[in-house]
Amino acid sequence: MGNWIINNGLTSFILVVWMGINTFLFVWFYLFYDLGDQFFYTRHLLGSALAWARAPAAVLNFNCLLILLPVCRNLLSLFRGSFMCCGRTMRKQLDKNLSFHKLVAYMIALMTAVHMIAHLLNVEWYNNSRQGVYDTLSTALSNLEDTDNTTYLNPIRTTDLDPQQIPTYFAFTTIAGLTGVIITLALILIITSSMEVIRRSYFEVFWYTHHLFIIFFAGLVFHGAGRIVRSQQKTDPPHNTTFCKDHPEDWGRIPECPIPQFAGGFPQTWMWVIGPMVLYLCERLLRFIRYMQTVRYRKIVMRPSKVLELQLVKNGFKMEVGQYVFINCPAISQLEWHPFTMTSAPEEDFFSIHIRSAGDWTDKLIDIMQKLPEGAQGPKMGVDGPFGTASEDVFDYEVSMLVGAGIGVTPFASILKSIWYKFKESNPKLRTRKIYFYWLCRETHAFEWFADLLQVLEKEMEERGMGDFLTYKLYLTGWDQVHADHVKVRFDQDTDVVTGLKQKTHYGRPIWDKEFEQVRKENPTSVVGTFLCGPEALAKVLEKKCAKYSDVDPRKTKFYFNKENF
Amino acid sequence: MGKIEWAMWANEQALASGLILLTGGIVGVAGQFRGWQFAAYAVAAGVFVCLLEYPRSKRSKGTSVERTGQYCFTVCVKSFGPLTRNYYVRAFLHAAICVPGGFMLATVLGCVCLGIASLIYLAAAIRGEHWEPILPRKAETRKPPESIKKPPQNPPPRPPPEMRKKRVDDLEGAAYDNPIDVTANE
Repeated sequence: MGNWIINNGLTSFILVVWMGINTFLFVWFYLFYDLGDQFFYTRHLLGSALAWARAPAAVLNFNCLLILLPVCRNLLSLFRGSFMCCGRTMRKQLDKNLSFHKLVAYMIALMTAVHMIAHLLNVEWYNNSRQGVYDTLSTALSNLEDTDNTTYLNPIRTTDLDPQQIPTYFAFTTIAGLTGVIITLALILIITSSMEVIRRSYFEVFWYTHHLFIIFFAGLVFHGAGRIVRSQQKTDPPHNTTFCKDHPEDWGRIPECPIPQFAGGFPQTWMWVIGPMVLYLCERLLRFIRYMQTVRYRKIVMRPSKVLELQLVKNGFKMEVGQYVFINCPAISQLEWHPFTMTSAPEEDFFSIHIRSAGDWTDKLIDIMQKLPEGAQGPKMGVDGPFGTASEDVFDYEVSMLVGAGIGVTPFASILKSIWYKFKESNPKLRTRKIYFYWLCRETHAFEWFADLLQVLEKEMEERGMGDFLTYKLYLTGWDQVHADHVKVRFDQDTDVVTGLKQKTHYGRPIWDKEFEQVRKENPTSVVGTFLCGPEALAKVLEKKCAKYSDVDPRKTKFYFNKENF
Repeated sequence: MGKIEWAMWANEQALASGLILLTGGIVGVAGQFRGWQFAAYAVAAGVFVCLLEYPRSKRSKGTSVERTGQYCFTVCVKSFGPLTRNYYVRAFLHAAICVPGGFMLATVLGCVCLGIASLIYLAAAIRGEHWEPILPRKAETRKPPESIKKPPQNPPPRPPPEMRKKRVDDLEGAAYDNPIDVTANE
């Protein structure tokens, strides 16, 4: 239990606060509309259905405010920077921005459903009242028109259409109805194209359809402009509802019951969402400005196994370890921005990315680069970033466990290079005393570009006698009989047959219990940060192990888990 | 966008539309709305669309992810053969199903969503996609090749005799059961 608190406590707290605010808003506005005197006559026509529609509307206002914030990645980077003082637990919450965005989206979807169903009931009952199906009071209320001395309560004014079609007519001719239908449609399209299956396989569909949010927010702001939620206004002399409700035929004729007056509520949604909309606009503007800045190619290298390395230079570009950038290549696609983790260290005067062939866009990019003549500049590129995630925190921990699966090793390339530079300069900022690095990979031929880096590090560390600063273990998870034979024959050689490194390659997956035990044994009193860039399944395993091997006792070893997410 | 299989998105959209149509229909019937007959139709149509769209198609490229428990639905849908395999049929079917939903407010949204799904299916059909059932792969039983049927004629290979010498300095480490008596080769 204590371990769970260490690793998930703050997230759970934030979620509890968020649900608490949602519940409060729902209940407050429900009671406002269900108990308020000014809605007495409305409730006579609609029962609780108005309250059931307005309560989710309030929750929707709040969540539409929230949904834009987690995707303002430049804003988040700013937060992350200013939180450097507040400890890593706070900053870790910013890693989970996409999860929060999805959670808020689910809440919006749910509340939209409730809101819509309640309004369907409202429209139907308003229509019935207008048709005179209910009691005399309802008919009298519905008959009130917008004239010199009366104001309407029932927003449905038409009676000369087929009564079954009046609700549809009402929905499509009022501002609220029309905007409601349009934005609900936009929301449904956004949701269906954001399903995991579509997102993972056809990112472009997801990305382009998601821009329907512009229509969503535009419609949302105007949704209340028609002011059709009516409340009773004070008249002079006052209209006594308790008495007058039984004498609708006497309204305007006896002093106790002047004709009741109604007015629409002031639209409030824009007040909730205008702030985040402006912030998001600034975010997109910033991305555009960054896109316009010149990016020069320093070097273009084709690595084995269809991996492209680009070394780029941009004015004023400053990065930290393990950060990522978004790259846009107008020659391939005007609107697509794709994230890549940088593989260079901050100490270098350029930044590099390694791009593997993984889809339409990357294939085209590699193709263009391969056709370039020697030494030529590549196509125009826009670079947005850098954006920081968990890897930035790796030097804050005394001991770090870095786990990279396959191409997920890229942020750690940046970290290891940075270590090398920091060591050479004896940088005092380096709090880390020990690093354990685990690279899991399926095939040998993905090793090459990284193997070079490790060889250099290996040599450097031996020269300086720092052999045990970095312990790395390589796991070849896709081995077969050919590999096994190869290794059997060469088992007595000094360097590994696969990588040429002194550290031998392991075969199969790591036994995490053993690894965590070893780390705990060698570092009995430290705070250990575990960083993963890899598949979800592995994240679950490591998270469990971190919880299992952590001790609530602050004097003993504690494991914190961080995950890179894309 | 070259590699997109539109049918995957059309499927998600159609399933969502089925649910929306169903919900609108339930509200219409439960609230005894005017035109509740259309709502009752929407309930039936919604259920039908959901059942038809629940089993995902096998992707022509890449791994297909099944929905939970979709196997029985796959079998049912597969039994209709070309009617369910062809996306033109599905596009027109959805277009036809969605029309009665437009006659009542409660079901209008389901109608429009299903209409959009129908259009995406049409795009999928034009691009030549079709529905493939995801069936569990039968485990291939490999028959052992002929040569294995006979028992081995020769004893198994052993390391050379030098390595089979008794190690007197390390009796514990050298202990192993040897069926054939091993004597020192002095």
